[in-house]
Amino acid sequence: MTETTKKTGVSRRTLLKGTAGLAGLAAGSGAITGFPYVMSAEPKVLRYLGTAVNEGDDISKQCLKDTGIKIEYITATTDDVTKRVMTQPNSFDVLDTEYFSLKKLVPSGNILALDAKKIKEFDNITPVFTKGETPGGKKIGGQGTAPWKVLYLEGKDSKTFSKTATEFVTLIPTVYNADTLGIRPDLIKRPISSWSELLNPEFKGKASILNIPSIGIMDAAMVVEATGKYKYADKGNMTKEEIDLTMKVMTEAKKAGQFRAFWKDFNESVNLMASGETVIQSMWSPAVTKVRSMGIACTFQPLKEGYRSWASGFCVSKGVSGAKLDWAYEFVNWFLSGYAGAYLNRQGYYSAVLSTAKANMEPYEWAYWMEGKAAEKDIKAPDGSLLEKAGAVRDGGSYEDRMGGVACWNAVMDENDYMVRKWNEFIAA
Amino acid sequence: MDTSEDILQQASPDLVRGSETRRAAKSARLSPSLVSWLQAGPMMLVFLAFFLIPLVFVVIVSFWDYNEYQLLPAFSGRGYTDTFEGCIAQLPDLCTIGKTYLKTLKLCFLVWAITLFIGFWVAYFLAFHVKSKTWQMGLSLLCTIPFWTSNVIRMIAWIPLLGRNGLVNSGLMKTGLVNQPVEWLLFSEFSVVLALVHLFTFFMVVPIFNSMIRIDKSLIEAAYDAGASGFQTLVNVIIPLAKPGIVIGSIFVITIVMGDFITIGVMGGQQIAAAGKIIETRVNALQFPAAAANAVILLVITFLIITMMSRIVDIKKEL
Repeated sequence: MTETTKKTGVSRRTLLKGTAGLAGLAAGSGAITGFPYVMSAEPKVLRYLGTAVNEGDDISKQCLKDTGIKIEYITATTDDVTKRVMTQPNSFDVLDTEYFSLKKLVPSGNILALDAKKIKEFDNITPVFTKGETPGGKKIGGQGTAPWKVLYLEGKDSKTFSKTATEFVTLIPTVYNADTLGIRPDLIKRPISSWSELLNPEFKGKASILNIPSIGIMDAAMVVEATGKYKYADKGNMTKEEIDLTMKVMTEAKKAGQFRAFWKDFNESVNLMASGETVIQSMWSPAVTKVRSMGIACTFQPLKEGYRSWASGFCVSKGVSGAKLDWAYEFVNWFLSGYAGAYLNRQGYYSAVLSTAKANMEPYEWAYWMEGKAAEKDIKAPDGSLLEKAGAVRDGGSYEDRMGGVACWNAVMDENDYMVRKWNEFIAA
Repeated sequence: MDTSEDILQQASPDLVRGSETRRAAKSARLSPSLVSWLQAGPMMLVFLAFFLIPLVFVVIVSFWDYNEYQLLPAFSGRGYTDTFEGCIAQLPDLCTIGKTYLKTLKLCFLVWAITLFIGFWVAYFLAFHVKSKTWQMGLSLLCTIPFWTSNVIRMIAWIPLLGRNGLVNSGLMKTGLVNQPVEWLLFSEFSVVLALVHLFTFFMVVPIFNSMIRIDKSLIEAAYDAGASGFQTLVNVIIPLAKPGIVIGSIFVITIVMGDFITIGVMGGQQIAAAGKIIETRVNALQFPAAAANAVILLVITFLIITMMSRIVDIKKEL
């Protein structure tokens, strides 16, 4: 039996190499190096599709060491991840994506809900996801696609989100954060406390917002609401009139020259802020950290209206079954077991299972990142580079304060199609 | 100039056919027309498989309907009606698509005019003032320097140069020419045009140089002997003979700029609309039929421009 498997394995391998157009030497060496692998058990490989947030070399190396599972990253932008799930569902095994995409992914039928019973730490997942409140009991704002609205499905192959807890989980949560405006305190020189400052004429030509419609519109809504012009029933699910109103306010500001530039990717936002082209803009936490690590003052400013939050998690492709599905569960369980959580916490994100992450962090790290206390020692990034000197306090403070202050979540609206058209109009204005 | 000839051959199959027929005549065994077909065949197949067939799909999909997560293969003009939304209702104001194309065409025209001017004189210098082949080769290679780094890096490099605290502004401030940093240097139409010109002048230089190098030097001598001034020689001899190169270069530049959204996005601070940008936004929102409809519109407009240009110069005849 083993003998036959071995033979077919080798010949298939050689054949594949041959068809790939690698002649002679390459095919030969391929067959030779392939040989021991075929002799041993099939290697555990999972193709992991996601954005760069969770994808660290350290994480995949540690995972290989602990579980023997080899992770092959397929990195794409949030939009491209969704596109790939829709158009090439068999090109990945494990999917790492954001909750707001679920409104598109679940109806497509291309992803497989995971079984909560097989997730060891499922009951220890932070109540942020399951109940919409912090561990300390603070109620979290639920506007937009809040994770607890789309966490469960009604049945295994159901395309309907369940309002109550079931064992079929759309995405096993991994990482999340609360986003706000980034500012240059050295150039602004006064306290900033409201989203409305983004449109303050004082910062004319020095403000920026991100040009990703589904996220940009949420930041725009926070701003509009903060200026007192309008109060939304649900910022994450606007009516056509509300979209018109929001875009009108933003268009007027754009025409008046309020914005220096819009940004689309992480590095653009870092460049704008570090070069002083902008002094106030929507930003992501690690981008603020990166500007600061260049020795430039930059604050991830907590604002009185609250944060816009996002969260992502794991599911698997519909095409995954058998042994591969077991490895996927093994991988997700490993991911929640502490090492990865601590790694993410040290980057300024939050991990889904707090207890295991805590066990993998030094007490002084936990105190700085999670409890909002002044750093006892220098705070280092996972790669060992210095992030903050001893004595620094995290912007926005503790986990309770930051997650408790969330006002809305990244969302896909019912009127998404209309919103995208209006966004194009805004850019063209 | 191998590269320039390659590019020219791609642009104009007729040129290739001309030399093929000559070569084919020598090999007596196969009929010349069969040889021509065999030689053109691989390119034709590639063209068919990777250009024409996908294009047909794009046109088909542009007439489909869609929802949040999938294409609905039922006939629908929604991609088009959505795109032209408000074009009549908002008159005399321009609708989104109108504004976008007006802006794209304006940028395209500016870039075309400037690259043509610069490209023409660079080619002129290379063809008529540089005598040695080695120097011509060396200097043409210099023109490719902008392509030695990636597009993204090249664009990011403009920020320390043109930014508010960039080199140009600090120079201007120090010399006392301005008190305030000049803001329109970056994230403006100026910076978009600058970056595009920097990138694409090369595409003008190569075909124009290629045309000029073929001009029989005795024609210029004849013009001189007949008493033509330098300017008259330029207008009456060199420009008409360089026309095919000018048109081919123009086609390169116009088609690239019409579809560009990355350079316009980065250099324009994402605040300048571009025809390509609309397509990207639609694709990212998974609205493929709407994106396809916009792609078809862009294709038609670009095609119209090129048709107009080839009306002015009959490339086939000129070559």
